[in-house]
Parts: sequence; C-alpha cells; structure tokens
Amino acid sequence: MNPILLIDFGSTNTKVTAVDLDEEQLLGTAASDTTVKTDIGEGLEKAMAILEEQTGHLTYTARYGCSSAAGGLKMIASGLVPELTAEAARQAALGAGAKVMKVYSYELTEEDIEEIGQMKPDIFLLTGGTDGGNKDNILQNARMLAEMEETFPILIAGNRTVRRKCQKILEEAGKTASICENVMPRLGELNVEPAQTQIRELFLRQIIKAKGLSKASELISGIMMPTPGAVLKAMELLSKGTAHTKGLGDLVAIDVGGATTDVYSMSQGTPERANTVLKGLPEPFAKRTVEGDIGMRYSALGIVEAVGRESLCSLAELSESELMRLLKEITENPDRRPTTEELKRLDFALAAMAVKVGMTRHAGKVELTYTPMGETFVQAGKDLRQVERMVITGGSLIHTDKVRQIASYGLYNPAEPEGLKPRQVEVLVDKAYILSAMGLLGEYEPDIALNIMKKELISHGTAK
Amino acid sequence: MGDKKKLVIGVIGADVHAVGIQILDHAFEAAGFDVTNLGVMVSQEEFISAAVETAADGIMVSSLYGHGELDCRGLRDKCDEAGLKGILLYVGGNIVVGKQPFDQVEERFKKMGFDRVFGPGTAPEETIAALKKDFHIE
Repeated sequence: MNPILLIDFGSTNTKVTAVDLDEEQLLGTAASDTTVKTDIGEGLEKAMAILEEQTGHLTYTARYGCSSAAGGLKMIASGLVPELTAEAARQAALGAGAKVMKVYSYELTEEDIEEIGQMKPDIFLLTGGTDGGNKDNILQNARMLAEMEETFPILIAGNRTVRRKCQKILEEAGKTASICENVMPRLGELNVEPAQTQIRELFLRQIIKAKGLSKASELISGIMMPTPGAVLKAMELLSKGTAHTKGLGDLVAIDVGGATTDVYSMSQGTPERANTVLKGLPEPFAKRTVEGDIGMRYSALGIVEAVGRESLCSLAELSESELMRLLKEITENPDRRPTTEELKRLDFALAAMAVKVGMTRHAGKVELTYTPMGETFVQAGKDLRQVERMVITGGSLIHTDKVRQIASYGLYNPAEPEGLKPRQVEVLVDKAYILSAMGLLGEYEPDIALNIMKKELISHGTAK
Repeated sequence: MGDKKKLVIGVIGADVHAVGIQILDHAFEAAGFDVTNLGVMVSQEEFISAAVETAADGIMVSSLYGHGELDCRGLRDKCDEAGLKGILLYVGGNIVVGKQPFDQVEERFKKMGFDRVFGPGTAPEETIAALKKDFHIE
C-alpha cells in the first residue's frame, strides 16, 4: 500500500481524502471545521482523526493541499476594452480558480483606486493592449496603482512592449510586481495559461502566508492551489485523459454551493452549423464561470431575482407566502438542512433553477439574423449542444435523490433555442466529493487520478 | 511587429462576403503591414475596439452588399469619441446600391469622414499604393 493524503481547506470545512496509489483506489474521506482563525492545523487534525476511524492508521507518503479558506483567492483585474483584454483578464483569473471581485476597463480613475484599496485583492492582474498595440492605457494604470498605499502582488500580463516599464513604475513605488505573457497577444487570441501559472505561483508564495495558511503548508508536501483551480484541473483531466488512458471527451460540470454556483465546460464549443459567424472573444477549452448571485442559501434570493417567484412556487409546489417565509428562514440560517418535506421541495426548486441559470449564463448564444444574402446564424460563446456528459458536484446536489431531474434543467430548451446548452447528457455524480482532491492528485499522478474519477463518479442515467 | 503600420480590416454590417477580405488580408501583410482581420459581419464598435487595443494606424472597411452607406454612418465620430482622432479610414467595395456616379459616392463617403473611397473592382495594389502614400512609406 502507498497511501497519500489530499486536503481541501474550504471556507467552512476541511476535507481530507486518502488514496492508495498502488491499488488506484479511494481509501476514505472525512471532513471537519476549518479553523483558520486559530490554527488551521487543528481542523485538519480533527478531520484526519475521523478519517482514521474508517481507514485505520496510515503512514502517508505525501500530502497535497488546495484551499479556498479565508475568502479564497480574491482578484481584481484591469484591461483596456471591456470585451477584449478586460474580458481576457477575467477569463484568466477565473480559470486560475480566483474569486473575481471586479474587472476594470480603460483608465483607472482616482475613485477606482480608492475602491481597489478598500477591496484589498490578493492579486491584481494588470492587462491592456495587444503585443505591439496600445501602450498608454496600461502605463497609466500602472502609474495609478503605484500611487496606492495598499500593497498586494500585481501581475502584469499586457502589451509586451511596455511590460518591463510597468514593472519598473510599480517596483520603484515599492510594490511587488511580476510579469508574464500577454493574456491577448493578438486581437481575439486568448492566451490565459501563462498568467494562470503565475497566479498559482503567487498564491503559493505569498497569499498562503498572508492568510495564516502557512502552518498548513508546513503540514503538507506540495502545491497549494485555489480549490476551484483544482476542480478545473480535475475536469480537464477527465475530459482529455492522459497519454495512456482515454478521457471522457467533452463535458460540463456544475457545482451549486451556498453562496455561488460554479460552472465548468471542457469543450472547444465551435459552431455546429456551417453558416454560422462566430463573434466575440474565443473562449478557453477549459472554461469556468462563477455566478456570485446564485446559491442555495446565502444567494437564494438571487435565484428568485433571476427566475421570478412564480417559477419557484410552481416547481416547489408552494404558495408565494410559504415560499417567502421559507426563503427567509434559509437565508437567515444558512446551515439549515432540508429536514421537512416543504424544505426539500424548496431545495429541489432552488437547485434546479441554479443549474438552469448557471448553465444558461455559461453556454454560448446563437441568434438568427436575416441578411440580404439570406439567413445567417451569429454565435457568441461556446456551442455545447453536442456535449454528452454532465458532472454534478457540491454538497447541496450530490446527496439529493432527484439529481437527474435537477440536471435536466441545465439542458437545451427548444423553447429558448438561442441558449447553446447540451441536448442530452449522462449525469455523473461526484458522490464521494473528491473532485478537488483528484485535481490535486492529477498534478502528480494523472493516470491514477483519472482512473479513480472514472470509478467514483456515479452515473445517474441520461437526462434530456 | 516593430515599426510596421497596423491595420484593422473587416466587412461591415450584416455582410457575409468572406473571400475578398481574406485576399486583402494576404495582400496587406505581403505589402508589409501588420493586419488584424476581423472577418465578416463586423460592427462599427468592433472596428473601434480592435483599433484601440492594437493601437492601429488605419481602419479598412469593406462592404459588398450595397448597404455600406447606412453601415458606415457615424464611424468617424465614434472613432473621435474613442480617442482614435485622426486614424486613417478607408472604405471600398460595392458600397452603394445600384449604379451611381462614383464621384458622387466618393464625395458622400468623404463627407462622412473617410480619407479614401474605392469603387468596385479596385485591385489591392491600388489601395496599397494609397496606404504607402498616406503613411509616407517609401
């Protein structure tokens, strides 16, 4: 036996997952409270004690960790044009697993600088201009950032012509500034990986310490990445496979949490039809979006706002007054579990609508336009209609018995043909809740992580 | 990159004529320009956003379906608004409906703020020569 331990320091729970590398199997999982305020090691020790009850005493050969504790990785980005470099910067930050607080475009104003100071991001991503393109904007923004009192690492990923100059401006003002390749080297060409690698490194080197997680890094042997970054890695591995093992191909994944809903897609998403014109920025193969207003508890009211009371009432079979009373109850007590029949029905409706809104916003859109030359389809974003698998993860979804019905709300709806969501999918449920752990493991042992995922993701049949 | 003059090119409006713009792309590149080709169905805003990010020296608007006049209106004003003051603006193709005297068409487009206007059947060489002249390139 060759056991290793994978740790996920969450905002509320610390989850541990034990894996045997020799047998390529899961040994057990356990969770306890995250104790970031006192000593993060305490919660970990507790979780490991619970795990040990299942597995017996194990001597781990390695321990790897990821974290979304202490607010996760909070980022602010800036670019030049909103739909171009600013959007590329947002994509880069999201894909690195960050919580994107705000994205600025054009020149930063004094008010913006004040706001940024108040928001105190963990990392600021400064972009703007294609390589050889606009220089003035990013230089001006570097000068503005240099005048700030607050310090946080700034990553410069804009026009290569003035990257060094921006770095100099910031360093002379006593800021920490590093540079990497442009997030958009040529117009419409997305290049997010170099920035993402740097973001993870900064997270590792500086953020972990600042957040009181350095104790944790002493307890473990390798990489601390943001948890959503680990989930993205896991999904990419599951989709693409390795040199030895085939992946599952294109897929989407959805994680409905208490406060936010994360959606992932692994697909090129190129147009299905020939007479389609693709508009807007190309999207990365591994794409992540976060809906900050959609969640089962803290953001339950955001769901109401997005879909209206009526649809929730009819789905949950509740009257409007009952609905509002229950919503008040769960938003005030986010730990409330669905113990009553009516709360179960409400949770079903909330989950279904969270999946619907999350997938609709994540997927591309197509519009039929009539030109003098006849009908033409204009597509923005990814066409996911041919994607055949949907992975469901997150505490609020993996334990419900209606997971297939909930998943079906995230599919293509002929009544709303503009939304390019999958038509029909096999629903795979992350029952053991191991995706972030497998993303971590995949960094070292991709084949083993892939095989374990294939075993542990439970098929719940086809949703259409 | 370096000192090459930068051009943003595309077919404006609801026009999906995809071949000519590729030919122009190759011709301009071969003539030593740094080309950003936006393809077909390009809105005024897309031309401008692309020119802002790439710090373009010129915007080359192509139109082949006869509705160019409507599509091009206000482009110069928007360029000014976006900080692209003085950017070189060309338009070319079948830019108006029917057979109208070219000098009248040219006048109307120049009034709209275009620096040069090219009629149907213009060879790329002609446009390239005009570009070199306007950019003072030997």
